[in-house]
Amino acid sequence: MAIMINGAAVAAPGDARVSLLDLLREQLHLTGTKVGCNQGACGACTVLVDGERVLSCLTLAVQADGRSVTTIEGLGSAESPHPLQAAFIKHDGFQCGYCTPGQICAAAAMLREAEAGMPSYLTADLTAAPVLLSRDEVRERMSGNLCRCGAHNGIVDAILEVAAEHAA
Amino acid sequence: MSRVQNVVVGSVRTALGWVPAQWLPGGTPDPLIERRAAIGRQASRLDGPQKVAGEARFAAEVAMDRLVYATLVHSPVTRGRITRLDTAAAEAAPGVTLVMTHRNMPRLGTLPLIGVSDLTAVGNSSLPIMQDGEIRYNGQVVALVLADTQEQADHAAGLIELDYAAETARTRFAEAKAGARTPASILIDKNHVSIGNAERELASAPYRVDYLYRTPGQNHNAIELHALTVAWQGEQLLVHDATQMVAASAAALAKLFGLKKDDVRVLSPFVGGGFGGKGLWDHQILAIAAARLAGRPVRLALSREGVYRIIGGRSPTEQRVAIAADAQGQFTALVHTGYSVMPPYGACPEQYTMGTRSLYRARSVEIVQRHIDLDIVPNTFMRAPGEAIGTFALESAVDELAHAMGVDPIELRLRNLPERHPISGAPFSQHALGQAYRDGAGRFGWERRKAEPGTRREGEWLIGLGCATGSFPYARMPGANVRLTLHADGTATVSCSAQEMGMGTATVQVQHAADRLGLPIDAITFEMGDSALPAAPMAGGSCQTASIAGAMAAAADKLIGELLRLAGNDTPLAGLRAGEVRFADAGIAGIAAPARHETFRSILARAGRETVSVTAAGSMPLEFLKFAMHSSSAIFCALRVSGVTGEVRVDRLLGSFDCGTILNPMTAASQFRGGMIMGLGLALTEETLFDERSGRIMNATLADYHVPAHLDVPEIDVMWTGIPDPRSPLGARGIGEIGITGVAAAVANAVFNATGKRVRELPITLDKLL
Amino acid sequence: MIPVGYVRASSLGAIPPMLAGDGHRLLGGGTNLVDLMRKGVERPSLLIDVTALPATIEEAADGGLVIGAAARNSAVAAHPLVRVRYPILSRAILSGASAQIRNMATVAGNLMQRTRCVYFNDVAGSRCNKRAPGSGCDAIGGFNRYHAILGASSACIATHPSDMCVALAALDARIRVDGPGGARTIPIGEFHRLPGDTPEIETALAPGEVIVAVEVPASPFAGRSTYRKVRDRASFAFALVSVAAGLTLDKERIADIRIAFGGVAPKPWRALQAEALLRGGPATSAAFEAAAAAELAHAEPLAGNAFKRELAKRSLSAILAELAGVSR
Repeated sequence: MAIMINGAAVAAPGDARVSLLDLLREQLHLTGTKVGCNQGACGACTVLVDGERVLSCLTLAVQADGRSVTTIEGLGSAESPHPLQAAFIKHDGFQCGYCTPGQICAAAAMLREAEAGMPSYLTADLTAAPVLLSRDEVRERMSGNLCRCGAHNGIVDAILEVAAEHAA
Repeated sequence: MSRVQNVVVGSVRTALGWVPAQWLPGGTPDPLIERRAAIGRQASRLDGPQKVAGEARFAAEVAMDRLVYATLVHSPVTRGRITRLDTAAAEAAPGVTLVMTHRNMPRLGTLPLIGVSDLTAVGNSSLPIMQDGEIRYNGQVVALVLADTQEQADHAAGLIELDYAAETARTRFAEAKAGARTPASILIDKNHVSIGNAERELASAPYRVDYLYRTPGQNHNAIELHALTVAWQGEQLLVHDATQMVAASAAALAKLFGLKKDDVRVLSPFVGGGFGGKGLWDHQILAIAAARLAGRPVRLALSREGVYRIIGGRSPTEQRVAIAADAQGQFTALVHTGYSVMPPYGACPEQYTMGTRSLYRARSVEIVQRHIDLDIVPNTFMRAPGEAIGTFALESAVDELAHAMGVDPIELRLRNLPERHPISGAPFSQHALGQAYRDGAGRFGWERRKAEPGTRREGEWLIGLGCATGSFPYARMPGANVRLTLHADGTATVSCSAQEMGMGTATVQVQHAADRLGLPIDAITFEMGDSALPAAPMAGGSCQTASIAGAMAAAADKLIGELLRLAGNDTPLAGLRAGEVRFADAGIAGIAAPARHETFRSILARAGRETVSVTAAGSMPLEFLKFAMHSSSAIFCALRVSGVTGEVRVDRLLGSFDCGTILNPMTAASQFRGGMIMGLGLALTEETLFDERSGRIMNATLADYHVPAHLDVPEIDVMWTGIPDPRSPLGARGIGEIGITGVAAAVANAVFNATGKRVRELPITLDKLL
Repeated sequence: MIPVGYVRASSLGAIPPMLAGDGHRLLGGGTNLVDLMRKGVERPSLLIDVTALPATIEEAADGGLVIGAAARNSAVAAHPLVRVRYPILSRAILSGASAQIRNMATVAGNLMQRTRCVYFNDVAGSRCNKRAPGSGCDAIGGFNRYHAILGASSACIATHPSDMCVALAALDARIRVDGPGGARTIPIGEFHRLPGDTPEIETALAPGEVIVAVEVPASPFAGRSTYRKVRDRASFAFALVSVAAGLTLDKERIADIRIAFGGVAPKPWRALQAEALLRGGPATSAAFEAAAAAELAHAEPLAGNAFKRELAKRSLSAILAELAGVSR
């Protein structure tokens, strides 16, 4: 088996203690995935595993064996950005840029969750699908990604714009 | 700061009072205030594409051959000494290359504390760094382990056996007040200000408020952890650091390690948030020393807990604010005194009375700050140190007085705005707080506020509106240098060691350079974050932009002279002197005769030059010693308080700012909002839990220390007067910190308006509203 | 983190013998265990990864649900049957942690998660009877804002941090376990233990036993049930107080009722006394307030959490009034 990372097969590490986050950053030099707390409290390390957003700091790399991982580098690049990446620039959804890859990965998965009808704690009608993404819904669903510079407004604006394009 | 310094600053101010303004920096307004194209225009961040793609490389992300990883061991004891230390098991653990303790740590001196006299003095603590077996605060580093992987280093760190003999530590704020010190100065201001007899005025006034306000410790919590990747190459030291002070760090490290200044290079092109916390602390020294001992490059990234243990935050305070007013609402007494923690080995005085000194005039004034010594990691500068929490106390008190008098709180403030600086008597360079209030109140809909608290309810929610004033002084730092290089193709490179931690440093300075040099934005490259470049001051005090702008203006003046010399006589410019030309249309033109113009390209080509380059330092920043230069703001808040649970939900926040020229509306709005959001955390959720029984911080995690999450952050409206400051480069004053000021008071005042409950102790958690 | 082995469990049946070794632990999403391993609170020698096991959510013959132990929290919250029949469970899960963590965390892991007491988590610097039996409790007399006012002991005042379990308590869920002694079912109310003088023993699981599934019986409360969580941050924070409640009305009287609190006790706190007072009685604000006061009468608050008594009373009264459609 292997871990598929942005489409490339990577052998799982021999040391079970190695987190998916450390595998990405220290062994594969995929440093777009960030470390902010290493304990599941900030969301900076968010990646997609089999399309779902998870925290790579609390995922042991061996657990990802046989799964498919997408990091920020797999979503887009400076030259060829993902729509969310472009929208973050347009709406100034970041300042220092450190929590940004995690915010974008989380947002990418969140848009799919909403489309699939995944409710949130704020969703009034739990059975409605697809969910209409209001500003409050986006704020609740993105609350696992902390930003200390205070780019929250721009982040939500960027996500709402992409959500609207998605729906159109 | 010393009495000597009080005298020096005092005499400079007095002397400057006699100097005609036009002789001083800013004496003639910067011509770019009137003539700007790129400045003031909305522009996306130049580094945006890299940041959103995860391609911006931070300090812990630099790859190096033979790299080893460091883990720190912290003392769980607050005061005492190490009685047993056994590193054998750790040294024998797989992958370990070094265990460093006070036994084998190289002997080093201590860092000079941050000060205003020596720009390379940037230490946050003057305690010895792993030089002996003494424990001086809880969390102090007692060992460092290097191993081939982080996992191995973490594991081996747990194998080090340590015993301590604990001694009694000073950890209790209330008990330590009895031994408080009264420093002579707070930064560059005299600490104790006493005008008239404030206590007597208080006693006799028809209206007065007199309360204690308390604010807890807080931590910066930049999402990027403090980290560095460091390598020795012989006697040369290369440090990739996350730092707000590139050049000063390099200079300080050279001194500490006995190296030539040019042999230390600090690189820090991107910093993942700083807010005052990313200075020079023990971890850099330890990693560098360990790299030398191990003979291998080292990466040290603090754990989140480690950041709380060894990087100080904002001091807790207890502040007394008393205001008396006459029947017309004129302040007759203004008292602001209090206590904060500042151990003798720390550098940050938490200047919470600074705003009070400039915001209102009063017949009598009594201001003094006292410092408490505790055995604690030294507190440091955190976004708007002093002002962030000082405005909470002052502006809550003003609101309380307004309520007591039955006067609208904006009206009360406007009645007491000063014409000149209330204490120094210096004229304001520009001051439009009144306009900021009127503009903000209009846009916010202040007239909808009900003066009687607790009278607006929607279902379970009580609705309240509040406002408060924010303030932050202008500063420009000496020691700012910029190199301007023109290339044969007509493009320009601007170089200095400036820092980027999200302010949009490069973006705004490129806009500036474009206007300064008469070039389009895409013809400018900005190099920064490297101590090998001309030294910029640290990013602090909201003064990086103005400091660099001043240096760039000086460099541009020098460049004109250089270009005229190169142009010689065979040019339309022949015969014009430096004062008679300016940059225009990718070249130089006569001011009186704009048709006399030659492009850079043409000048360089004729001179046979690939480049022309000049370096200049900004002028001495004397302008803010002669003039009172302050930014201010009016913050408005609308919120709901649950009548059931006491939960507070902020629905709207508006900031109306008077900060001089706004250089880039997009990045400026983001900085204002960012500060205001940190202000929401300050108001409602943030508190470093310092267990006074042990002297230990107990919530050293992002799960237990609550910075605002997305759902806590409403849409935030920002606006500004945009009136240029005639005394500052570009007419701009810094905006990085003012956003946080005033917010906590605006929230507290809105909570009072909603519930009738006055909370004088931050954070305003729901239990205080039940 | 100490070196640790790793294997994947091939089937549920294979787990009990694998668990026999010293320090062998089951690993689900890792959201709690990996964090505690890094802190040194947990020091397993072997991790048995159960996340590849079937994680079905099926309708039971009695109209209830059977949720596989390895089902992800988010999968449970999103399941159509859960959303329609057990909105209280869906909401409780969705109030917990963050979307990323809910995608990782398993149902069994949620049941087994350990307290977030900051003294429990501080291996280097604090005493904790749960982590190191007999060492003392630094939370009593320390920061205890997040600690218990009900069911605590002089040895331990830590709370169970789960939201999901509070809903399960209100729903009378049963925990299906298997082990050396054979299969059995444990009512949720008996699954978590109060600390007494052995706070290190947190559940009724016998050595070698493993959670197989959670059974949720058919519930008549779907239409009138909810979960409200009160916390220090609007989202992504543990509960100060949470309430799961459901009721059915027979005209103006309460036909049946279920109430459970989170954040106030070492386990999800089923408010049996309040239920008994209200069952068959009038659905009025006065009755709700009296029942809430009676339930909280036994509270033993400390300096940092005394507010919880009032907060829990008010939250419960308000929620019941809302569910019963009674104006307050």
